[in-house]
Amino acid sequence: MSKYLVNLKINNMPIAVEEGTTILEAARKLNFRIPTLCNHPDLTVAGNCRVCVVEVKGARLLAAACATPVSEGMEVSTNSEKVRVSRKHIVELLLSEHNADCTKCFKNGHCELQDLSSEYRIGDHVFMDLVAPETKIQDISSPSIVKDDSKCIRCQRCVRTCAELQGVSALAVVKKGDHQKISTFLNKPMHEVVCTNCGQCINRCPTGALTERNYIEEVWNAIYDPSKFVVVQTAPATRIALGEDLGIPVGQRVTGKMVSALKKLGFNKVLDTDFTADLTIMEEGTELLTRLKKALVDKDETVVLPMMTSCSPGWIKFQEHMYPELLGNLSTCKSPQQMFGAVAKTYYADKINIKAQDMTVVSIMPCVAKKFECERPEMRDSGYQDVDYVLTTRELAMMIKQAGIDFNKLDNEHYDSILGESTGAAVIFGATGGVMEAALRTAYEIVTGREVPFTNLNIKPVRGMDGIKEASIKIKNVKPEWAFLEGVDLNVAIAHGLANARLLMEKVKSGEASYHFIEIMGCPGGCLGGGGQPIPTSPEIRKKRAEAIYSEDEEMVIRKSHENPEVTEIYKHFLGEPLGHKSHDLLHTHYKPRKRY
Amino acid sequence: MSTTEVLVKELVEKNGRTRNSLMPVLQGIVQKENFLSEEAMLCVAKELDLAAADVYGTASFYTFLDTVPRGKNIIRVCKTITCHMKGKDEIVNTLSSALKIKVGETTHDKKFTLLTANCLGWCHKGPVMLINDEVYPDLTPQKAMEIVEEYSKSTH
Amino acid sequence: MENNLKKVDIIFEVDEKVSPISVLDKTLKRSPDEIILDLIDSGLKGRGGAGFPTGLKWKFARNEDGDTKYVICNADEGEPGTFKDREILDKVPEKIFVGIAICGYVVGAKEGYIYLRGEYNFLLKTLQKKLEIFNNELKQRNFDFNVYLKSGSGAYVCGEESALFESMEGKRGEPRNKPPYPTVAGYNSKPTVINNVETLVYTTMICHIGPEKFKALGTTDSRGSKVFSVSGDTPIPGIYELELGMPLHEFVNEFGDGDAKAIQVGGASGHCVPRKKFNDTIIGFEGIPTGGSMMIFNSTRSMYNVLHDYLEFFTEESCGQCTPCRVGCQQLLKGIEAVKRGERPPAYLEDLKKLTGTMKIAAKCGLGQSVGNPFNSIIDNFREEIIY
Repeated sequence: MSKYLVNLKINNMPIAVEEGTTILEAARKLNFRIPTLCNHPDLTVAGNCRVCVVEVKGARLLAAACATPVSEGMEVSTNSEKVRVSRKHIVELLLSEHNADCTKCFKNGHCELQDLSSEYRIGDHVFMDLVAPETKIQDISSPSIVKDDSKCIRCQRCVRTCAELQGVSALAVVKKGDHQKISTFLNKPMHEVVCTNCGQCINRCPTGALTERNYIEEVWNAIYDPSKFVVVQTAPATRIALGEDLGIPVGQRVTGKMVSALKKLGFNKVLDTDFTADLTIMEEGTELLTRLKKALVDKDETVVLPMMTSCSPGWIKFQEHMYPELLGNLSTCKSPQQMFGAVAKTYYADKINIKAQDMTVVSIMPCVAKKFECERPEMRDSGYQDVDYVLTTRELAMMIKQAGIDFNKLDNEHYDSILGESTGAAVIFGATGGVMEAALRTAYEIVTGREVPFTNLNIKPVRGMDGIKEASIKIKNVKPEWAFLEGVDLNVAIAHGLANARLLMEKVKSGEASYHFIEIMGCPGGCLGGGGQPIPTSPEIRKKRAEAIYSEDEEMVIRKSHENPEVTEIYKHFLGEPLGHKSHDLLHTHYKPRKRY
Repeated sequence: MSTTEVLVKELVEKNGRTRNSLMPVLQGIVQKENFLSEEAMLCVAKELDLAAADVYGTASFYTFLDTVPRGKNIIRVCKTITCHMKGKDEIVNTLSSALKIKVGETTHDKKFTLLTANCLGWCHKGPVMLINDEVYPDLTPQKAMEIVEEYSKSTH
Repeated sequence: MENNLKKVDIIFEVDEKVSPISVLDKTLKRSPDEIILDLIDSGLKGRGGAGFPTGLKWKFARNEDGDTKYVICNADEGEPGTFKDREILDKVPEKIFVGIAICGYVVGAKEGYIYLRGEYNFLLKTLQKKLEIFNNELKQRNFDFNVYLKSGSGAYVCGEESALFESMEGKRGEPRNKPPYPTVAGYNSKPTVINNVETLVYTTMICHIGPEKFKALGTTDSRGSKVFSVSGDTPIPGIYELELGMPLHEFVNEFGDGDAKAIQVGGASGHCVPRKKFNDTIIGFEGIPTGGSMMIFNSTRSMYNVLHDYLEFFTEESCGQCTPCRVGCQQLLKGIEAVKRGERPPAYLEDLKKLTGTMKIAAKCGLGQSVGNPFNSIIDNFREEIIY
């Protein structure tokens, strides 16, 4: 259906836009910036903060530009006297209920309210301070997320994020009037509710009300501790986003600079989670093929299909809360981060002659759920906590700044070896569909002896930002030992963002679709849009990050996990074979049902 | 099944399993149990397929959908201007000392909770109070006491 | 002084010979467009306070496409000082039902709802019984329409029409962005007519007596009569149906106790008129509009206390979603307290008045937009009482 064009004027400049366009969108087309707080490109319109008010000629009320569609002949002023006075009032009001201890705030310098306050030159507070002292007690019950009600300006972006993008609603708006606040079920601490620790709320919080639990000081202490051998691993998606927090445009890969910076920070070894991503493919791919064999050949009815990926700790906790009956579908593989920790404190510690108890493993992750994951009691298979500290991409950027490193001028450096070699298949773990693509590249080749039948190994049907993607690959001319797969259509599905995951789970439960393998990433876009990635985020930003990831893949010499020489090495000298005894001990885990509500 | 579970299931049966029936379901629980317990809200969340925080967030918006334990009889004295002018403070003070509770509190025997309320719509006959759904206009301290005593006798 | 105050008996009039259902029967024989024309001709404006022309509202809803439409009777009467709808619901509910049914017929709806405030739950049982009888009557006439009861649970803001829809949909009663307006997307996002209790009774009565008799009452801008809720310092508090467009001094002569210093017209969210302005204030859409609340204050009353009560009310009853209202109300309340205590200079009241200017144009709904009415009218007229 074609849309009508609507003619209007904004600040006396004429423009024609499609019917249904908001004043805010129309103004952007004319390069007039209207400030916003509650508005976010990933979320439905709320229109509640009111900082985007504009004057429409002839109207009694100012209009919220984000929530008001254009109409024919409209004359809008985005900076009239009324608008300026109101907007300043609104910022002042927000500041009056906001704990404006900016210098002590984790978000200092990254706060949308601070920016607006500065823009409007808000000086001494006109209004009375409304911040109740009891709201200044932060909720630090979660190992991932810190909630500080005294910084909250009730824009409800977090609530919409949790409901609309994640389908979780651990956060809700409660009470009304002067008691209205953003809270949990019966105001319980964050670690007692259904929060998956995905951190998407943090990515969208305009102030410091929701932030990650930061472990920067702990990591510095470990680095400075001469008795500690500190190794750092970097997740695939960190290398395509870190630059954003260090003055580099969105979508630019900074892998080599990141490695260089980490070395300069004083880490003893700079290693790559991508290595264990490849390892994951070996284990998970084998697990899938084993499950298929048991189901198709042995007719083993205890085998659960579809198998679902287990890399994303937000997704895992979601499943433990929401679909405990489907826990058997989850691959038993640990996430790459945790495989790394377990291997680092055993195989690697041995190789480099360091005692596991003297080793500190730090992860740089695009994720805040990883902070929770590393503290799970199951994640101590080395005999110690396998991963000691998890820093977000953002925290790493802070450390780099603290160390006075001019990131932009750094040379590219290579990861240390071993545990530093990786493939294109590993790096695409950072994008939705990437684990699926990596698994298919390997599994197809194991079964048929040939490369996947897609140009340049790029399995396009599993890429892209559709919420749920489905694909089917016909397996033909298999090796004799895989005869049972001859002619099978391997049906796969991919979802990212937990609201989409829920939709997919319902399809699985109802039996409406029969898949063999499902990839789920907890965050929109996959890890590249993770809760620990630089802020802001938007569909465009995630698209650029995805492009960066796929270009990194294309440039890698090796692009299939099973061809990673270090992976071959570790099986030969340490693990034996995928799903073998040692793998079982170190690389696999189990899950536990949690409260549904 | 606990009595709360049974009650929630009945209410959902009667009002329907959609979001639109959330208010009547919550109202029905309060009618029977005086407030929305954690268990009750969890049952509702489960039956209507809503998040628990969402149920709590909605309930806590409405003054009459209490989420803290309340007594068998909830007294709400109107505090808005005309009732204020006509002596609601005396009514509140009288009831408060008679029941030995402050506004917002519940008696030890769980028979009464004393609250104040925004305009109850009886400005021409203030002061006024609600006890549960019943309305008592044209109050004097004496009259208020007598009414509460009646409830005290008939509540076991 | 001569008193021309005209008392009227339309709303509560009970004519043994003409039952409300017979008005429905008579009206259903006419075409929807004729009925709309009559309503427009009558000049009837919404009696809830906002004053939108009723006939136009029905016309908009009628013109919307779609099989599912709703008629909703807003019985969430929560404005402090207003209690007339309760009396109407109690005394002449059938006239409301008929108004809803006529509206359903005109706009093409099959379901009508009455959203009754939780504070009026004591009316539920009787209303439910009467509704059953009424719905049966409709069934007998093969008129495919049913009226249902929904109950609120103590939230003033749910009287705002879009907040009321949210509440009916099982959500927090937070007002929506407009547009879309209810006649386009209201309850369940379907075209909806939402009218105040009294408005619906007037539509019934206009269908009964015809527009001429109705518009013969009142003034050009304020046709007809209106039910007033009279309270405060008056020897005769109660509910009165009066012709619109009356000068305030006549009202005071009739209802005051001889010592009235101020009348709050239109409830807590309305305007406070001081004695010196009684003579040149008209009650109606051309002067001070009102949902019917008239609170009389005599010289013994502290206007600081009055304003403080109002602000406390709004601070608690704001839905809390939009900044100007949520924070603005708190600032006004804390602000006058600070001035009273001497912690802020009297000039701070000017800052607060400017703030109400922002609330008036930037708040999301009528609640926040109207808090400035009582604030400014009380500050301007009783400044000394606020400061000292």
